[in-house]
Amino acid sequence: MTAITPTPDIPTPQAHASLLRRLVKRPLGAISFAFIVFVGLVAIFGPMLAPYDPNKASLQLVLAPPSAEHLLGGDSAGRDVFSRLLAATQVSVAAALLALVVALMIGVIAGLIAGYYRGWFDSVSAWFTALVMSLPGLVVLLAARAVVGPSVWISMIIFGVILSPAFYRLTYVAVTAVRNELYVDAARVSGLSDGRIISRHILYVVRAPIIIQSAIIASIAIAIQAGLDFLGLGDTSLPTWGGMLNDGFANIYKAPLLMLWPSLAIALTSIALVLLANAMRDVLERTVVVRRRRRRAVATATGSVAAVTTSIGAVTGSTEAALDDELAAVKPIEHRDDDRAAARTGEVVLSVTDLRVGYETDKGSTEVVHGVSLDIRRGEVHGLIGESGSGKTQTAFAVLGLLPRGGRITTGSVEYEGVRLDHASEREFTAIRGRRIGYIPQEPMSNLDPSFTIGSQLVEPLRVGLGLSKKAATEKALALLDRVGIPDPKRTFAAYPHEISGGMAQRVLIAGAVSTDPDLIIADEPTTALDVTVQAEVLDVLRGLQEERHMAMLLVTHNFGVVADLCDRVSVMQAGRIVETGPVRSIFHHAEHPYTESLLAAILDEGPARPPLGLSTEGALR
Amino acid sequence: MTDLLLDVDDLEVEYPGKGFRAKPFQALKGVSIDIKPGETVGLVGESGSGKTTLGRAVLGLAPVTGGKVRYRDRDISHLHRSERRDLSSEIQVVFQDPYSSLNPSLTIEQILIEPLTARGVSSAESKKRVGDLLDYVRLPGDARSRLPREFSGGQRQRIAIARALALDPNLIVCDEPVSALDLSTQARVLDLFIEIQERTGVAYLFISHDLAVVRHISHRVAVMYRGEIVETGAGDQVTARPQHPYTQRLFMAAPVPDPDRQEIRRVERRRLIDEQRAAAAAGTEADAA
Repeated sequence: MTAITPTPDIPTPQAHASLLRRLVKRPLGAISFAFIVFVGLVAIFGPMLAPYDPNKASLQLVLAPPSAEHLLGGDSAGRDVFSRLLAATQVSVAAALLALVVALMIGVIAGLIAGYYRGWFDSVSAWFTALVMSLPGLVVLLAARAVVGPSVWISMIIFGVILSPAFYRLTYVAVTAVRNELYVDAARVSGLSDGRIISRHILYVVRAPIIIQSAIIASIAIAIQAGLDFLGLGDTSLPTWGGMLNDGFANIYKAPLLMLWPSLAIALTSIALVLLANAMRDVLERTVVVRRRRRRAVATATGSVAAVTTSIGAVTGSTEAALDDELAAVKPIEHRDDDRAAARTGEVVLSVTDLRVGYETDKGSTEVVHGVSLDIRRGEVHGLIGESGSGKTQTAFAVLGLLPRGGRITTGSVEYEGVRLDHASEREFTAIRGRRIGYIPQEPMSNLDPSFTIGSQLVEPLRVGLGLSKKAATEKALALLDRVGIPDPKRTFAAYPHEISGGMAQRVLIAGAVSTDPDLIIADEPTTALDVTVQAEVLDVLRGLQEERHMAMLLVTHNFGVVADLCDRVSVMQAGRIVETGPVRSIFHHAEHPYTESLLAAILDEGPARPPLGLSTEGALR
Repeated sequence: MTDLLLDVDDLEVEYPGKGFRAKPFQALKGVSIDIKPGETVGLVGESGSGKTTLGRAVLGLAPVTGGKVRYRDRDISHLHRSERRDLSSEIQVVFQDPYSSLNPSLTIEQILIEPLTARGVSSAESKKRVGDLLDYVRLPGDARSRLPREFSGGQRQRIAIARALALDPNLIVCDEPVSALDLSTQARVLDLFIEIQERTGVAYLFISHDLAVVRHISHRVAVMYRGEIVETGAGDQVTARPQHPYTQRLFMAAPVPDPDRQEIRRVERRRLIDEQRAAAAAGTEADAA
């Protein structure tokens, strides 16, 4: 059972560069980050560096031009503009931070609680959020000023409350997505307290979007605060960017430069914040993309994309490389035809010769299929079996011309009924794929468009591909649905994909694949996503159609039971190569390659059952 | 005092229906099952049969609306969160999906230490324990500083098993732990499960859709169909000579990895289904009469 020794293929640890380091690597990120740091330093130390008291008025300085003592001149009240700008930075930044912190505290905490616990708090906070969002922010601020008087701080606290739904919704959505992840369940079963789960598992996931949102909210707060002061609604005793802008605007003809400095401060800070948010999103989202792809790899546990990602990772390993060399030297073991195989004398429909498939990656190109050759005759079912990452799906996709982005056939030929497909253009493929070659995918549900009825998805290819009239195509589609064992073809014809089960969806796809009377069907793990009882029925349908239409079939699978049920001929794939090929009975009964032997040994069906507890002995286990 | 570890008695689980005044969905309709210490009970069924819900109800992750779950004679079906936490050293879990069951941003050591620190184990001691756990599941010691994404599916499942073992539980709920794995990896992970059981005496509630997997690991097997258990018995009996019509269909549906025997199996399956249909038709006729 444990004939295959596990290869210690744990890759070397990757450098986990921090967010900051990756951010600074981008020029835009570095510049905007440096500017924000600069503004922050000015806000902290500015008042100490200011050469004069920002509120001290001097008659000599009224609207004075820039000079050596007063770098930026004086304003309409004779105050030093440079000192005021430094002091205003502190006030404006502090005001924006206040609004941001209030919004963060309310939004994030409420979002975490509502998203994690749901229940009444969820309903109440959803209602409250809707209320706050429907209020016109500026009007509320004006009303607040009328009631409590002109205070930068109070108006910013209120503004923080008005902004909090932005954080609430963001956090809420992220938390509801994460709380159903299995690792959160596992943490609960591990006995972790809710506080720990939230801080370790949930906050970690929401932190990235919150950081991005914070930068944007801060820039909005700065702009709104400046706007209030510009309108003269702020506290005139405090120097702020908006207040300075107001002063400059009043004297725009006498001293136009006065407007420049606060405008620059507001504009550059806002721009820097938005650019920083963009750069952070780029940096953070790249990691998200990687994770997504992994997630996808689960969904198709033995399938397409998984094969690419894992094999690209695996092939670079040194042990794999050694294995490659070893395999390259040996030709696949070919079994002689038995009587049944020799009796099939149909012409060769598909001929693949020395097919190699490569992927262009950042680190150069990687080959995932290393020279595969196979012939399929009319009426013959050829099984391609192997573990995930063995290149079986890649081979099938290469024949269909459906390799994922970056993948291409590097050498070798694919010939279908006399037409070379290995370097066929997309146009040439369109004439063949779905018409003369049918394709049955692994996941039926994701291969039906949810916004169209089953019927329209079956009729469309018939009308376009075979040029049938609408009536003829409908009749043919209904007949096919009946043939694949759908109990009420008319109802299914009018149904949308979400209204039928996975087994029914797979039958629909089979009907679609054979509808254009192709000579070759390529089936990629057609029953892997189905329950065993449904699998048996779908296999019956596939076998029946294949026999009655005398089609050739390339069946990609990892299940030996499915192979035994359907296939006439089998090729065993390992690490991008066919290691053994022959008639199905020879492979099952006289496997020669150690890899095939180990796969057959790993089949559990034949083993003895475990005896009831208490009777178990060493020998009985194996 | 009984010698049962887990005793599920007439358990019902209902999920609220979607939409206003919708009928609730009854996932479990009075399920009874028990597990003795050190025993593996296999739970087979198709998707939607309620087998995962039963596992989640035992773990306290599904809403129990009727019946009882007793662990060592103590009713645990409606525990408060804090009481539930105390059970973490008794009942643990290994999920199906080795990709989403490990937090992608934590290192292996952080993942394995987490349950230990939650129980107040000192950090030096828990670091040592991590080494033992990795040893248990046959992963190299230098795995501890890596992230889950650097491991293959089988290796991740070993990490999930190590996490479940961290607190030395007496029962592990295994929810399809090998169905996302390749054939040979699957066999190795199953053998690891058996080996750990023999070493530590832990009991498993082993959920799977695959009769062959369940047969390999289970002392006893229960078959679920539409929220009910339709057959229970010794592993060999249920998986080779099933009595209930559904189990018979399930048994016949699994293709045999041998072309000639599969041909025979196909014919037998056809005959069985025809017989069952005829029997069902006769039954309704008898009812009508």
